[in-house]
Amino acid sequence: MTTSSLTIGRQTLAALRIFLVLTVLVGVLYPAAVWGVGRVAFHDQATGSQVSVDGKVVGSSLLGQQWKGAQWFHGRDSASEYAGDVSGGSNLPATDKRQQDAVAAREKALAPLGGNPPPDALTMSASGLDPHISPAYARLQAPAVAKARGLQLAQVQRLIDDATKGRVAGFLGDERVNVLQLNLALQQLSGTK
Amino acid sequence: MSEQVSGLLTIGVLVLALAAVHVPLGDYLARVFTSDRDLAVERAFYRLCGVDPRSSQRWSRYAVSVGAFTVVSLVFLGALLMMQQHLPLARGASMDWHTAVNTSISFVTNTNWQSYAGESGASALVQTLGLAVQNFVSAAVGIAVAIALIRGLAARHTGTIGNFWVDLTRAVVRVLLPIAFVGAVVLLAGGVIQDLSAPQTISTITGGHQTIESGLVASQEAIKELGTNGGGYFNANSAHPFENPNAFTNLVEIFLILVIPFSLPRTYGRLVGDKRQGLAVVGFMAFLWTAMLVVITWAEQAASTSPTGAMEGKEVRLGVWASALFANSTTATSTGAVDSMHESYSPIGGGGALTNMLLGEITPGGVGSGLYGALVVAILAVFIAGLMVGRTPEILGKQVGRKEITYAALYTIVTPALVLVGTAAALVVSKAKAGMLATGPHGLSEMLYAYASASNNNGSAFAGLTADQPYLNLTLGACMLIGRFLPMFLVLALAGAFAAQHQRPTTEGTMPTHTPLFSGLMVGVALLVTGLTFLPALALGPLAEALS
Repeated sequence: MTTSSLTIGRQTLAALRIFLVLTVLVGVLYPAAVWGVGRVAFHDQATGSQVSVDGKVVGSSLLGQQWKGAQWFHGRDSASEYAGDVSGGSNLPATDKRQQDAVAAREKALAPLGGNPPPDALTMSASGLDPHISPAYARLQAPAVAKARGLQLAQVQRLIDDATKGRVAGFLGDERVNVLQLNLALQQLSGTK
Repeated sequence: MSEQVSGLLTIGVLVLALAAVHVPLGDYLARVFTSDRDLAVERAFYRLCGVDPRSSQRWSRYAVSVGAFTVVSLVFLGALLMMQQHLPLARGASMDWHTAVNTSISFVTNTNWQSYAGESGASALVQTLGLAVQNFVSAAVGIAVAIALIRGLAARHTGTIGNFWVDLTRAVVRVLLPIAFVGAVVLLAGGVIQDLSAPQTISTITGGHQTIESGLVASQEAIKELGTNGGGYFNANSAHPFENPNAFTNLVEIFLILVIPFSLPRTYGRLVGDKRQGLAVVGFMAFLWTAMLVVITWAEQAASTSPTGAMEGKEVRLGVWASALFANSTTATSTGAVDSMHESYSPIGGGGALTNMLLGEITPGGVGSGLYGALVVAILAVFIAGLMVGRTPEILGKQVGRKEITYAALYTIVTPALVLVGTAAALVVSKAKAGMLATGPHGLSEMLYAYASASNNNGSAFAGLTADQPYLNLTLGACMLIGRFLPMFLVLALAGAFAAQHQRPTTEGTMPTHTPLFSGLMVGVALLVTGLTFLPALALGPLAEALS
């Protein structure tokens, strides 16, 4: 055997050993340690920020859902209809005819609500699981929801105000309304009325 | 508070945090790679693996070690991906052979291009034991090679450039692991999941059904960003609420992406014994990062005056500014994670992300690869300046002779050749074209983006392209492999050539490489090389789309 092939053989053996040792360290011990921290200190977050009603899981506060019917606030259109086991957006640019048609269709569908739909109402999110809408989109839907449920507009608007979250730490991100939490509050209001 | 003020404050906090951290972290990195003491755990490693930590390698031996480690990584990860349906926690996940080839190359080369969807293509076991391990070690290889080049520049006629196994081990144990752990806990607290139970299907209050996914995401998310890897646990990557639940975690992730690449110039300055040298390099990186941030943010802001507000492919909780900041940072490094869909960006916004990659990802670039890429630009800059004034080009007392400039020039043309030849070939192959979402200028951008992303080891995509087919999987795989290791071996050869030289004394005639003027020269060289190479392609893609 020549010296160089001997070198390559030795190096490969060292590579194999060190690869396996590092795999145990960062592929087993590290994720297990983070998992342990999650179990002990952040159980809710680690398991998906689940939302329960009467002890039954009805969703996650981080995941949007598909809402049908005038009695609910609707989230943004989703490329995957909020299935949860797939994620992603339309990937269409504004210059694409298919995108222009989709936006026109959304404008048409939202026309009965009156007013100018905000951007999030006319577009799809990146994840297809966006749990939020803008406060403007919630307010746009409020009259129709109030009517469908026989509630007063002011009551519904108060729910929106309560559900509106400001920017994180006052400056990060955007104002938003969590649709699942808003609809749960709505259901509770209707139920107790 | 207006969107603009919020956006500017976000950028301000990020820049302040990076400015505060890059000095201590850069100094720490310098100590890590010069210390002659091993931690107890490292000594156990070396004994177990039969490595003599005190031996220093010549560049050729160092390159053989990198190659051997790569081959072992490729074989192990490829086998894991091919066998995943027979292993525990499979839950129906499987891959075609060509997808597995593409994916294993992708993660070993620090690219993390994904032609599979995370939810269905890779099992929890494979993600944690295969993909996340490569997120650590591929990043460590990048850091090791950058350190080797610095050693070559700083060496006084020694001929050796360090020990790869020691550099690899220390990069993982002393740098990536502790920072990733802290990052993972912060992300976990912010809402990123870390759970091994099976995904559950729940009934919603309207009687519908939804799957709530699970997985060891927080631990993988932290190293995905810190190691500038970018491969998402889920298909939607950092746009998925389980990977990036809110605007705070978004900022943390951007910070993790940038923190090591922006700290390594300081390490460079320390190791060559002149901190100003590092400052000149970080100035070059920061200038171009800022300039491209202005371009992308401006383009998206301008687009947001339309009724759709540039919100297609963006999340409400993040908004336009933070998304543009993420897009700029992920493409200026070799990360490729996305918190918004780049294909839905305005032509100039998406073109800006593409340009970041075409610059060669040196602003600040991937962990390690960004620094060695920037140092090659510095070598080109002293060479061109030397030609202009008629002096022998030198950097840090080392002559840039025929051998050195040949390596640097070859380094510079490898990726552009892969990008342009790869894109052109794909556009005449009907099977590749069948995967395209768009036609016209945007279609060209889509394909150009794919080959730019693969060849520069970025991994982000104009994701409308359906890349999971043999032609694209194999050619993009080849681009990733050549685009990673050919430049890397050229850098090691360069390190060896510099290490063999004596250090020449600085004279009146030596061109200083620590001044703002030199940073400017580097900016000029980077723009010139990229412009000459890619302007025709950019004109037919993003520019044509913007003007039409």
